[in-house]
Amino acid sequence: MAINLTYMYKSWWKILGAVLVVYATVFGFLSKVPALPILHQSIRNLYFHVPMWFSMIVLFTISVWHSIKYLSSNKQENDMKAVQSVNAGVIFGLLGIVTGAIWARFTWSQFWSFDVKQNFAAIAMLLYFAYLVLRNAIDEEQKRAKISAIYNIFAFPMMVVLLFVLPRLSDSLHPGNGGNPGFNAYDLDKHMRMVFYPACLGWILIGYWIYTLLFRVSALEKKNLL
Amino acid sequence: MQLIREVKFLIGKELLLEWRSKYALNGVVLYVVSTVFVCFLSFVSLKGVTWNALFWIIMLFASINTVSKSFLQESKGRQLYIYTIASPTALIISKTIYNVFLMLLVTIIALAFYTLVFDYVPQDMGLYIVATILGSLSFSTIFTMISAIASKAGNGGMLMAILSFPVIIPVITMLIKLSKNAVDGLDRSVSLDEIAILLIINVLVIASSLLLFPYLWRD
Repeated sequence: MAINLTYMYKSWWKILGAVLVVYATVFGFLSKVPALPILHQSIRNLYFHVPMWFSMIVLFTISVWHSIKYLSSNKQENDMKAVQSVNAGVIFGLLGIVTGAIWARFTWSQFWSFDVKQNFAAIAMLLYFAYLVLRNAIDEEQKRAKISAIYNIFAFPMMVVLLFVLPRLSDSLHPGNGGNPGFNAYDLDKHMRMVFYPACLGWILIGYWIYTLLFRVSALEKKNLL
Repeated sequence: MQLIREVKFLIGKELLLEWRSKYALNGVVLYVVSTVFVCFLSFVSLKGVTWNALFWIIMLFASINTVSKSFLQESKGRQLYIYTIASPTALIISKTIYNVFLMLLVTIIALAFYTLVFDYVPQDMGLYIVATILGSLSFSTIFTMISAIASKAGNGGMLMAILSFPVIIPVITMLIKLSKNAVDGLDRSVSLDEIAILLIINVLVIASSLLLFPYLWRD
């Protein structure tokens, strides 16, 4: 398998990601936050909860991109990249739900308040679990790659609709949906922005790093099996 | 031209096979009738929200049963034969249209029987009928594609349920909201959002089915 992966071996973006995440975590707890009703100090969760979802979206976009590339090229490498990015993305999605639940415990008084966005986020996770189950159900490699690529392309727009379109239409406790004011309500003043944007970038880089590691491990396993 | 001729031929073949055995239609109608009857025995009288929710549960399972038959019961030999004579696009279009016909028929029978047994008519019957038509359209397009994927994977029925459940949730949410508006007799303009979303989801699904099925077919 001749793969051009030089960017995966470079260290600069990994160090950058690590530094950004450490910075965001430390300053997330130390910096000033606006005093808002109900949220109080729990607003600091913003630095963790939202970057998780952004990383998940980035990873799932990478996955669907590689699925499309697999259908046109039939190269095993694209299929491996697709599945490993789904693996990494699912982890981030689960972390997003967990951080959201912890936040909900303090602001909405229950871990799971059957809020619309919470429900739809869980169902979006189910979509990708079904993708992993589908992969397990097929033994033959080429067939598995092709069919899971097709399901991935089919499921991705559905996930986008579930997470972004539907919550806006119904009443929801989430800020930004159902008549609640959006990000602006946090008065993302410059203090929060200074931690929030680096946090997003840092977590996306870390997520990408995890995906590249998963991919490299699976590629090595495959090479050793041959 | 070629595609339309192939589609017409394939739909004709499906309808003819169905008419000879009436297997799928009878099976599903029997399923719906017995489910409604069992519900009648337990609830005796239903109104409003419960009536609506129960109807959609019955329709969901009836449509899974109906549409999964379309791909899962085809024998390997017949599939190979069709592969040689028709293009994959024609096949998926014909299967989808056939399933839409079948689902519409089942929906109308189910709705008629349901209103009869429970002696309850929603306040805005016209909008309710629109909701059921949109519902059967959405179910058949989505389940046709999912059953095509599941049939290739081999394990059939269970995989179909696992794959289809997350995909059908947004559709069901919109449908229940829309039909609840109809049951409550709200002004029709209130429901335009839901109708638009359902139509958009349908267009998305049909477009991706047309694009993806040829890759699935190449086996």
